[in-house]
Amino acid sequence: MRTYRFRRTWLQTMMVAAGMAVIPVAAQTFPAYKAPRMADGHPDLNGIWQAFVTADWDLQDHEAQAGPHPEVMGAYGAGPAGQSVVEGGDIPYKPGALEKKKQNFEKRMMVDVSSDKKWHEVGDPELKCYMPGVPRATYMPLPFRIVQGSSPYILIAYEFASATRTIRMDWKGEAPTPSWMGWSRGRWEGDTLVVDVTGFREETWFDRAGDYHSEDLHVVERYTPVSPYHLMYEATIEDKNVYTRPWKISFPLYRRMEKNVQLLEFKCVPFTEEMLFGRFSKGGVR
Amino acid sequence: MKQRFMIILAAAVLPLTAQTAAPKKVAAKAPAAKSTATFRTPWGDPDLQGVWNDATSTPLQRPNGLAEKDVLNDDEAAEFRAQLARDLTRDRRDGGAEVDVNRAYNDHWMDSRRLKITADHRTSLIVDPPNGRIPPLVPLSPEREQRKAARAAANTRFNAGLPENYTDFTLPVRCVIRTDSPPYLPTIYNNDFHIFQSPGYVVIGPEMIHSARVIALDGRPHLGKNLKQWLGDSRGHWDGDTLIVETTNFRPDDGVVFMDANPDTYKITERFTRVDATTLNYEFTVEDPATWTRPWTARIPWNRIDPGEQMYEYACHEDNYDMVHFLTGARAREKRGEAK
Repeated sequence: MRTYRFRRTWLQTMMVAAGMAVIPVAAQTFPAYKAPRMADGHPDLNGIWQAFVTADWDLQDHEAQAGPHPEVMGAYGAGPAGQSVVEGGDIPYKPGALEKKKQNFEKRMMVDVSSDKKWHEVGDPELKCYMPGVPRATYMPLPFRIVQGSSPYILIAYEFASATRTIRMDWKGEAPTPSWMGWSRGRWEGDTLVVDVTGFREETWFDRAGDYHSEDLHVVERYTPVSPYHLMYEATIEDKNVYTRPWKISFPLYRRMEKNVQLLEFKCVPFTEEMLFGRFSKGGVR
Repeated sequence: MKQRFMIILAAAVLPLTAQTAAPKKVAAKAPAAKSTATFRTPWGDPDLQGVWNDATSTPLQRPNGLAEKDVLNDDEAAEFRAQLARDLTRDRRDGGAEVDVNRAYNDHWMDSRRLKITADHRTSLIVDPPNGRIPPLVPLSPEREQRKAARAAANTRFNAGLPENYTDFTLPVRCVIRTDSPPYLPTIYNNDFHIFQSPGYVVIGPEMIHSARVIALDGRPHLGKNLKQWLGDSRGHWDGDTLIVETTNFRPDDGVVFMDANPDTYKITERFTRVDATTLNYEFTVEDPATWTRPWTARIPWNRIDPGEQMYEYACHEDNYDMVHFLTGARAREKRGEAK
């Protein structure tokens, strides 16, 4: 425990020492950039953005993999290979904590809603069309829109499951209640929108590989404009119940540029109802 | 756990009997908008940003006993309000044991603002036709009559506690759409709408179910006709201080558009006008020549909620235990021979 606290302080100290211009390593390949401003002088982050990493399959290094039931699905549903978005490559699980990740993975496509108590025990929440939580919502293979106006609230609307979250700027209070998308408090550090998120439901996962957290999850996100078409995204993840130290992911977000592009609906609840509830229908399993 | 009451509510809000009273000459006028020049975004659009609440006890349609009365004086309004509050409150003990058990889901869970009538003392939210009632239906095609009958049969099974499968539930109970699909009508709880704006966009975040309705203001065309959505596809423009939103491309599923209108011929136009610091005027007109004999319009004042009162996440599908409770209950009833 002491080690953990020390490392957290060390990390924070380093971030403060680097000042407001904490720019992720990958962003250093971008030339210096000054984003257009809103009336309040802060950068304008409005737009439709999307990550093009494959972290939703696995945050860490992963090979291409067949989808479920390749005997009927063939290459449909197969997962792409991808490089780790985790700084240093690996998630620093505490000894013993990896076991649960393995179980999650093995049971990622199982569901059992036969009792309220078992409801969330097995199965990837994405499989069941549950709100993906943070940071997973950011790297789902679907776009999201940032809506930034002149109120103390910034909205992020995600295409997946029509999930939304409100970022409360300069909000001082604690998360009032656990929620799937967490309680987001925002502030500006120079040109970076920093979002501190707590108050998570423990049931969200980070990826289809079963990476997980507890209800003590604390995520600090950083959105930094690095070109008219890119935001650098960085999230520091800490959870003393599961990891030995805070860890960080980062990747760019790309502005969607198609003419007349808009956020469409991915209301996936109807895609899950037969899987979840079909066995309780008249006549039993169909 | 809250879902079953959506059914009861829907039944109360959407009477199937449309009355044919002779229209009066003039529709009620919208309240005179004061100068709203102070409510401007830095980029010059009217400023609608904030969290608004549309709860009211004023019924969509004018009660039969008030056929000639569109606006009440203060005394009448006090009585109307008291009567509606008495009818709507669940904190009462009359009606017998079964009713009493149902009311265990009591006013603690409800939006108390739903017990107040609108400030303008109107007797219905519908302002046109002047009789405050949904216009009569036109004869429906045999296919639509069949669908209507099938849906009524599903509702009967559900209300009898005997749903055959999840498709016997309405879309709100299935957590597919709730009050996020226009037109926005008051309901028993969670009547909040968070409006966000950015240059070129107005985005409405209804509390149920957390969908963001993104309204583009840049004059772009609607989605192609083969791309339909549960919430349709909205385009807006400013007419003075009023945001006018037209929505098309609704999916054809039962229950997506109001009262099972025909999505192919259905048109909805909404108007949002900031009246003052704490009030926004919401008005919608629906027309569908394949369903109603004429267009109709309703007006609902939205009241700004105290900034200290936060809007919380409404996770619906994630813990929709009732789906399983209803279905397993139905299977148990069948086993006991109750399904006849």
